[in-house]
Amino acid sequence: MNEMLSIKNLRAGIEGKEIIKGFNLEVKAGEVHAIMGPNGSGKSTLSNVLAGREDYIVSGGEVSFNGKNLLDMSPEVRAREGLFLAFQYPIEIPGVSNINFLKTAINEIRAYKGIGPMEAKDFLKLIKEKQALVELQGSLAGRSVNEGFSGGEKKRNEIFQMAVLEPTLAILDETDSGLDIDALRIVANGVNKLRSADRSFIVITHYQRLLDYIVPDFVHVLYDGVIVKSGTKELALELEEKGYDWIKKEVVEA
Amino acid sequence: MAEQNDILEEHISSEYKYGFSSDIETETAPPGLSEDIVRFISAKKNEPQWMLDYRLKAYRHWQTMEEPRHWPLLKYPEIDFQNIIYYAAPKQKPELKDLSEVDPELLATFEKLGISLEEQKRLTGVQSNIAIDAVIDSVSVKTTFKEVLAEKGIIFCSFSEAVQEHPELIKKYMGSVVPYTDNFYAALNAAVFSDGSFCYIPKGVRCPMELSTYFRINTSGTGQFERTLIVADEGSYVSYLEGCTAPMRDENQLHAAVVEIVSHKNAEVKYSTVQNWYPGDKNGKGGIYNFVTKRGICLEENSKISWTQVETGSSITWKYPSVILKGDNSVGEFYSVAVTNNYQQADTGTKMTHIGKNTRSTIISKGISAGHSNNSYRGLVRINKGAKNARNFSQCDSLLMSDKCGAHTFPYIEIKDKTAIVEHEATTSKIGEDQIFYCKQRGIDTEKAIGLIVNGYCKEVFNQLPMEFAVEAQKLLAVSLEGSVG
Ligand SMILES: Nc1ncnc2c1ncn2[C@@H]1O[C@H](COP(=O)(O)OP(=O)(O)OP(=O)(O)O)[C@@H](O)[C@H]1O
Ligand SMILES: [Mg+2]
Repeated sequence: MNEMLSIKNLRAGIEGKEIIKGFNLEVKAGEVHAIMGPNGSGKSTLSNVLAGREDYIVSGGEVSFNGKNLLDMSPEVRAREGLFLAFQYPIEIPGVSNINFLKTAINEIRAYKGIGPMEAKDFLKLIKEKQALVELQGSLAGRSVNEGFSGGEKKRNEIFQMAVLEPTLAILDETDSGLDIDALRIVANGVNKLRSADRSFIVITHYQRLLDYIVPDFVHVLYDGVIVKSGTKELALELEEKGYDWIKKEVVEA
Repeated sequence: MAEQNDILEEHISSEYKYGFSSDIETETAPPGLSEDIVRFISAKKNEPQWMLDYRLKAYRHWQTMEEPRHWPLLKYPEIDFQNIIYYAAPKQKPELKDLSEVDPELLATFEKLGISLEEQKRLTGVQSNIAIDAVIDSVSVKTTFKEVLAEKGIIFCSFSEAVQEHPELIKKYMGSVVPYTDNFYAALNAAVFSDGSFCYIPKGVRCPMELSTYFRINTSGTGQFERTLIVADEGSYVSYLEGCTAPMRDENQLHAAVVEIVSHKNAEVKYSTVQNWYPGDKNGKGGIYNFVTKRGICLEENSKISWTQVETGSSITWKYPSVILKGDNSVGEFYSVAVTNNYQQADTGTKMTHIGKNTRSTIISKGISAGHSNNSYRGLVRINKGAKNARNFSQCDSLLMSDKCGAHTFPYIEIKDKTAIVEHEATTSKIGEDQIFYCKQRGIDTEKAIGLIVNGYCKEVFNQLPMEFAVEAQKLLAVSLEGSVG
């Protein structure tokens, strides 16, 4: 069985409002799934629920991650188990250097796995290597986490963190929004280099363009909290061309 | 930076770990305050007549004064000054030739505090040496590295010793920055102080190591009234550290210290404090009442005084380390982190008085309030007439960790010279749920996330501390804020 993530009939919401309304998805190891969908359809909500954000209440369904019950885990345990979320709006932490932040994260993850802290020189080597992978300027790595970063720099920093933490499942929530053309290519290349048989991705995006670079195995359309259509990368092209109206119509008619 | 995490890890689950009390043989005076007690203390210390006269004047003046109960934002029961023991000293031989003569229990106490009085051994793994004056229950028990310092002409000894050995310096400088008439607690201190540290850096000498005083209140029912005097002569430099702890007791103990700093022409004094007196328990029972007067004077041109404080302890903190900028081009700085948790109360800040021309002052205050605590910044920037082109920059930030705590900022600005430029910035924010979640999503648990975020928030202040103190401060912060988010 190589199911990495299995979501069955998930229902979740916030402040008494149900947003995810019976969501199903199976992600196998090594697969890339793209999720598209109109604004407000619940894409970020789904990401937050999977990452374990406490303000979101799960009212039904099951989620298993590498055979374990994901919904039973605290957010930090999910992260340590290999789930990574690249935030749509990355958070600033003034006074905490990126390096220190990542070092803390790595060592926490290692401790969870029963491994001692990483040697300083190994850590620096890792940072250098991953910095090169996402072409992140050295000065950004030394600065406070996201503080004063431009929108695009923040996004690139998310991918840098992902590269350093080497998760088994990465959810990228609109990482392409706000990136210029070069940055888009760099970020996509970074992701492609991290693709492997035992690492999966859920890529949330509004633009087919990203999927030219990161070619997905499947494309799903989320609408009003459920997947209303699934297909391959051609579906993204079709959406680009026709928009969402025809799908919304199909939903209404069904 | 790199060590931060290991340190946080190590300390994250510890409570106030200095709360033990030691069975050191002590000699105490009966409780209460009178002229007789003042004479008793003076006699115990074999003081010259002038010193006794000074104490008595201070005592008589104190009797005419009122406790400052109204203006600080502090609530506490009436202090019964007749119920406090004003003199407690570890019983030991007056002259100690080496460490082997020190009461082993006392040595063990300092070992437990992580302070080795054996020279060279202090703080393994850290390069610099630190000379320590250890003060227990107001009496200096041991000063290390004295001989090394003496070679450079630096005097670093207990205050009582200085009264005997360097009366001309004491007479000249004691009370010159904080006169006994200054305030209620300064007067009380001047009357009953039992010891403290004295430090003199001669002309042109850069003190080769950090000087440090370590204060420990041990005996129950006692007050601690120590006095520190630092004089930096022309062109000299010294960095001075102060640390303090106390046992956990249900009673409130009074600490009323005075610190005076004199910085001459082209001299610089950096004074750093990590204040970790027992803060009381979760319900606000016990803890130290910390009423402290700290002031420095930049006496002549180009002199500099810098206060850095990390205040995590005490049940009540009333403290305003200040600088009088008398010399032209002199510089005063105040960097502060004040943390209050549970039922702690802090009313702290600074006073910068600009008298000389082109004087500059900087105030960076970071308040962190958690639990039911109350944290106030109170600062005065005064630019006197004739203080041409004086400049001040103040930044006062408050971070709230809960909905039940309070943060207040009272900036007072008095400008008597039109050429002055004074800037004040203030922010209040609640610790971000978003920030905590972001950390957790990277595998960092809540406690550690708070440690990271709060240490980041305090970075500007921690950067001012000497390395080993910065490390200690970070640990303390983590411990003080344990389980505080809500
Ligand atoms: N904290 C909240 N309180 C109330 N409603 C919320 C909250 N967070 C999200 N919602 C609502 O849930 C719905 C889904 O929001 P979500 O952010 O998941 O959409 P999205 O698909 O990511 O949209 P976009 O493409 O614009 O990023 C929206 O209607 C939004 O207003
Ligand atoms: Mg979204």
